[in-house]
Amino acid sequence: MSEAIETARTYLRPSKKLPTVWCGGCGLGIILSAMIRAIARVGVEKNDVAVVSGIGCTGRMPTYVDFNTLHTTHGRALAFATGIKLARPSLTVIAAMGDGDALAIGGNHFIHACRRNIDMTAIVANNSIYGMTGGQYSPTTPHGKRGTTAPYGNVEHAFDVASLAAGAGATFVARSSVYHARELDRLFEKAIRHKGFSVVEAVTNCYTSYGRLNNHASPVEMLRWMKENSVPFAAAAKMDPEELEGKFTRGVIVDRELPEFIESYDEQASALAENPVAVEQVGNILRRFDAAAERLNPKSG
Amino acid sequence: MGRARMAENKKSSQVLQGNEACAMGALAGGITFFAGYPITPSSEIAELMSQCLPLAGGRFIQMEDEIASMAAIIGASLAGAKVMTATSGPGFSLMQENLGFAMLAEVPCILINVQRAGPSTGLPTQPAQGDVQQTRWGTHGDHSIIALAPSTVLECFEMTIECANLAERYRTPVVLLLDEVIGHMRETVVLPEPSSYEIVSREEPASGLAEYCPFECDAERLAPMAAFGGEYRFHVTGLTHDRHGFPTMVPSEVDSKIRGIVDKIEDRADELSDLEEFATEDADVLLFAYGSTARVAKSSVRALRENGVKAGLIRAKTIWPFSTRRLKELAERLSLVVVPEMNLGQLVIEVERAVCGKVAVRPLGRVDGHLFEPDEISEFVMKEIGR
Repeated sequence: MSEAIETARTYLRPSKKLPTVWCGGCGLGIILSAMIRAIARVGVEKNDVAVVSGIGCTGRMPTYVDFNTLHTTHGRALAFATGIKLARPSLTVIAAMGDGDALAIGGNHFIHACRRNIDMTAIVANNSIYGMTGGQYSPTTPHGKRGTTAPYGNVEHAFDVASLAAGAGATFVARSSVYHARELDRLFEKAIRHKGFSVVEAVTNCYTSYGRLNNHASPVEMLRWMKENSVPFAAAAKMDPEELEGKFTRGVIVDRELPEFIESYDEQASALAENPVAVEQVGNILRRFDAAAERLNPKSG
Repeated sequence: MGRARMAENKKSSQVLQGNEACAMGALAGGITFFAGYPITPSSEIAELMSQCLPLAGGRFIQMEDEIASMAAIIGASLAGAKVMTATSGPGFSLMQENLGFAMLAEVPCILINVQRAGPSTGLPTQPAQGDVQQTRWGTHGDHSIIALAPSTVLECFEMTIECANLAERYRTPVVLLLDEVIGHMRETVVLPEPSSYEIVSREEPASGLAEYCPFECDAERLAPMAAFGGEYRFHVTGLTHDRHGFPTMVPSEVDSKIRGIVDKIEDRADELSDLEEFATEDADVLLFAYGSTARVAKSSVRALRENGVKAGLIRAKTIWPFSTRRLKELAERLSLVVVPEMNLGQLVIEVERAVCGKVAVRPLGRVDGHLFEPDEISEFVMKEIGR
């Protein structure tokens, strides 16, 4: 317990920012605590971490943590994060997003971030609903489930977040739930340590909106549902599709190596600096400008 | 011009396109990060930045759209880089969302808009000046913006440096408004020596402060800006925030925040204003123009003078904030102001506001995707004055 208190004291912002805006029984606090436990275990200094978010309940997450924090526009967290990482690669960059934020308004940014393989981590808190706006159906609301804009049941079909990330090219993809809090922090840790773009889907509960609209008895009952309806990835591989109907898989789904964007970019820049033709062409432009000329040779700079 | 000077100029002169000059101005001005999305007639800027930045110790990225491009440059600016993007009308519309974010979060960045005829996909890619009011009012809520408009290739270079300087000095996005003609026009230019222009970088906080307040800003003084990954950790949000950067709904804090981001620019309208005057000393009729239209208007002034009309020209190099001072002075003795624009009357609204009805102001719009002809403007003036 004392370790938990110390972690909280170290990583949560002192004064004024707590309690959170989240409802009682919300799973986002579990995701936040799993994230700071993971950062503590990776051992990166607070000054070297940037946590970025978009809009929605998950969007408020950076407010509470004592890092370089950026609360952006709806759906754009990964695009802002991309700029931060490219300008200062020494930062560990984590984007925390909800399902509507990451996959509806931010869906295009999400798939392109997966494809580019910039060394950042995306946490998708998936509660299958727009919580902050009061319970409208989201891209991960299951077929037939209710939202305030699907009062008779959702006629659309849900994204499988982890499969989408894998298909779009993310080099590390994992999933767990807020019931499996310890597993979640270990997956976050692996994701942060992974060199390349990593995605962790954290299945979570919004009792206030999704739970009440879909006849869940309580937040605890929703957590129990996660326990009883999830299967470790390895075990799922041996099960029939019928057995897996209505369940979700947990664990590391993708873990592969691919050249990372900034490494590739910088290797290319170093090679160019050795290339007399390129230096002749571009150098003639840059040499004229003091500000640029100082940086002309990356090796000396 | 002396023989030696001519020889020197010949050596250092080059034929450059407006867009190329913008990219070179960006490099000269210390831009180290560019994110963009392809769109004619601005793409040459992105192409040249992608070619040069790896060798200039910076980074370039082509994002998935203009929304993301604007987001990426803001992120990079918060991490300490000097940043830029470039686009045209349809992309400028998409950038409005995060342009507003940069205004409220007071993040320096520059956006070059090489205007083409709209609305929507419009007339690719004929010139227009239809984004003037969108530049001022395109994003929601109360805000202000700085925008400059070049008329020459050399000015594309100089004003891009100036945009970077203004963005850094006032912690705000700055827009450079080209039109397709200026972006694609080629002129022989002699770029100024680095010693002849100033490079401004944002003020950074002193080291070892007990408390760093990143948003302790008002119209007079702006807080120094730390970078992510430096000594101070802080919060940045698109929610209205207090001096620490945390969301606030306290009326007095909200009020001072919004007034602060507006007043820091609007209160400096006269100071930031850059107007070029041509034959205004004895002018009776004033043409007020900017961008490529101002080049044409200058010919119109000459033609009108040959016909005995005392015409003059103000070429606005600063579009926003709009300074009314000089127009108010001239309004006392003018009989007519004509504002030719490649739109149906956008900046003319500001001119009318400035002169307070003391002189007749007539818009002259063209929206067919073509430049004005000099005769078109002078004939319009002749008709207006009954000659």
